[in-house]
Order: sequence, then structure tokens, then C-alpha cells
Amino acid sequence: MNLNKTLPSLSLLLFVLIWHGMAFFVNDNTLPSPVIVVEVLWKEVISGDLLRHLGITLQRLIISFSIAMLLGCAIGITLGINKKLNAFFDNWLVIFLNIPALVTIILCYVWFGLIESAAILAVVINKLPNVIVTIREGTKALDKDLLEMAVCYKFSKTKTFIHLIWPQLHPFVMAATRTGLALIWKIILVVELLGRSDGMGYQLHLYFQDFDVAHILAYTVAFITVIQAIELLILKPMDQQAIRWRR
Amino acid sequence: MNDILINIKHKHYDSTHSTQHNTIENLKFSLPSNEFICLIGPSGCGKTTLLNIIAQLDNDFEGEISQDGQALHPNIGYIFQNPRLLPWRTVRENIELVLNKEQSSDCVNLLLKSMQLEESQNKYPQHLSLGMSRRVSIIRAFAINPKILLMDEPFVSLDAPTARQVHELLIKLWLQRPHTILFVTHDLREAITLADRLVFLSPSPMSVISEIKVDIARENRNNENEIEGFRQKLLQNHPEINDLL
Repeated sequence: MNLNKTLPSLSLLLFVLIWHGMAFFVNDNTLPSPVIVVEVLWKEVISGDLLRHLGITLQRLIISFSIAMLLGCAIGITLGINKKLNAFFDNWLVIFLNIPALVTIILCYVWFGLIESAAILAVVINKLPNVIVTIREGTKALDKDLLEMAVCYKFSKTKTFIHLIWPQLHPFVMAATRTGLALIWKIILVVELLGRSDGMGYQLHLYFQDFDVAHILAYTVAFITVIQAIELLILKPMDQQAIRWRR
Repeated sequence: MNDILINIKHKHYDSTHSTQHNTIENLKFSLPSNEFICLIGPSGCGKTTLLNIIAQLDNDFEGEISQDGQALHPNIGYIFQNPRLLPWRTVRENIELVLNKEQSSDCVNLLLKSMQLEESQNKYPQHLSLGMSRRVSIIRAFAINPKILLMDEPFVSLDAPTARQVHELLIKLWLQRPHTILFVTHDLREAITLADRLVFLSPSPMSVISEIKVDIARENRNNENEIEGFRQKLLQNHPEINDLL
């Protein structure tokens, strides 16, 4: 039997067992056992509530993530290429990197009202500086020898981007994607909790008022499952595709 | 068609921010079409800079590169010291990328065959030996049917048999599709084996010291004694070269 393949499942099983054991000893509503959580999860899925709110949150995640990535890549590449622009905007980046997420969320709601676009904007502003910095470093590290080769052999701009720049930026884009997803979905819940009347964050807020931990954990499990699915079904295959040329 | 004229009056180089010195000073020589020319000079004298100027990668110099009094915009193939292949593209893709729409990929098949790389055309560069990567970069340069081919010490760090094999393949290809070759090396034997004419360059600031025609027939170039004899005679008759090697 291949130990490397069974180890991850074993560790997951152990995690659930420890959880179950602790729930058994504590024997209180504040720590429901995995069985109860799965039951609640199933009930919520059947009723359609969970899927609706999950869908709304995922929609916000996809929109804000796409905007942050596209804008971040464009700005990051520009700053990476242009030294003067970079020197000028470097301070701005540091400022935006260090504004607490909660502050941007509150300010967006105060300035633009409790509306959907303000929520999306708040998430984008939180994520954007990270993408810019990652892609900027990637652009600075582009291989000058290969760029010279492209100039010499008269590559068009599109050709240079597709065959030379993109493959070199790919690891940086993947890094920005992974850290981005992890960051964005945590921020989105806060955004929803503070100023929206639907989505996962709003639901968690409701259950928190009832101290209903079983529901809170059920929603958490659902969310982790979705993020894992994105990792396994979308990101991993993208990685495999991109590194096939490596030794 | 007249010769291409290389005439570089000054080329400055900022070594530090405070000092500027000339790397090239009054360098003048001509490139007759379809001639194989070897540039020989001590390392660091500015040979790569010269090739970059001719390839128009470096436009910061005084002087001109012209043909019939007109500035030159020819198809230039450049074989760099390192092969500079895209590691994420296969051998074949690396070659096809430099072709424009009118150039067919049929010629790629022929080139792959003549360089004995047909079997490796779908491999990625990291899976090739250095000798093979160098051959791919030669094919890439030949594929665009260059008017001038620049080669910057392309066979450094190859073992002797591999180098000999690549020399032979290069000359075979060049005789099939003649064009002007400018080949930088500091190996006199290699230069005599390959070139029609040798151009000796001084240390920085670089200029031409002497030009010497190699009059060994192409079919005798693989004769070691012939090459060695020419080399000895050359060093005797031109003592100024000794310091450069």
C-alpha cells in the first residue's frame, strides 16, 4: 500500500476522531459532534438555504477576485517595467498594504452606502496591493537574455507576451491566486457581516446571535469543501499544465 | 550588391556612474556578402557589444552600419553564447516561433534533419545536452534565412568531438544556404577551421589590428596538420597577434 497516498486521508480521519472525542467529553451545545454538524449541513442543503447563500458569497468572490487579479496584473507589470512609476507609487502601495481590512470595509460602506458595489470595492481594495506587489516582483525577475532574443528575432508584442512573459509570470500569478483566494473569502465574510443581508457572512452573524455553533460549523465545512474543490479541480491542473517542461 | 560597411567611431560604456570609457574606438571593416568572418580578440574587449550593435540591440553609439550608403535593416540571425531557448516550449516550437507568416515550417523539418535533431523535436530544452541546445539555436537562426548571421562564441564549453561535429554541420548548412557570418571566438584553431577571413581586434578600446585571409580549401579544413601549419605561419608572420591570444 502506498503510504504517501493514504497519509492525507488518515490524518483527516484522525482530525475528525479527535473532534468527536472532544465533543463527547465536553457534551455541550457549544461543541457539537461531527455527526450533528453533518446532519445540520444536510438539512440546510435540502432546504436550499445554504446553497443560496453559498452561491451569493461565491459570486461576490469570483467578481472581486477577477477584478483584483486583472487590475493587479496590469498595474504590477507596468510598475515592474517602469522604474520611475514604481519609485513614485511604491509609497502608495505600502500605505494600501497596511490599511486594516476592517477600515477599508467601514470606509467603503460609509462613503458609498450599504450597497453591493461598495462591498465588492472593499474586497478589491484589500486584495489589490498584494497582487500588484507579487506580479511586480515577477516582472522585475523577467529574463533579460530571452527578451533580447525576442527583440532580435522581431517577436511581435503579443508573441512576446504569450510565449515569453506569461510563462515566466505564471508561478507569480499562481501564488497571487492562492493567497488571494484565502484572503478574499475571509474578508468577504466580514463585508457581508457588516453590511449585507445575504451571503455566508450574514448567515454566520444570525447564528452567532443564537449561539448556534452547529450551524456555524456546518457553513464552515461547506465553505472549506468548496475552496478545496477549487484547489483540486482548477488550480492543481493549471499547475500541472504549466510545469510539464520542467525536469 | 556591395559590401556591408561597419564603421563605429565611438562606443561608450558606463562602468560606474562617474567614469565613462570607450569600449570601441574607430573600428572599421567590411562584410562582403556570403563570407564567413571570424572576429578574434581578448575576452572583455567588446566583441559582444559589437554584435549587439550590429543586431540593433544596442543603438547607443556613434557611427554607422551601412550598405551602399544606406542604413541597414537586414534579417539578422543571432546565435548567442548561451542558446537562449524558451525552456517552456519544445525544440520545434522554439524554432517555429521565430518564423513569420510567409516562412513555411517545411524548412524546419529539413533543418532538424540536417542537424540530426528530428528525434528530439518534441523535447523540452532542459532535457537536451548543451551540444544539442546549441544546435537548436543554430537551426533557429538559419530558419529565418538571415542575410547576416551573428555567432557569439557559440561553441564554448563543448568537448572536442562535439565541437568538431557541430563545426561540420554548421559549414554544411552554410554552404547550402550561403550568407554572411560574423563569428566571434578566441580560439584561433576554431577560427582557421571555419573562416574565410580572420579579423583581429585589440583590447579595449577595440579596433581592428589586422585582417587575414584563410586560403585553405574547404575540403582540407578537417586536416589537423593543415590547420596547425597555417596557425604556426600566421603567428610567425604576425607577431602582433600573439598578445591577443
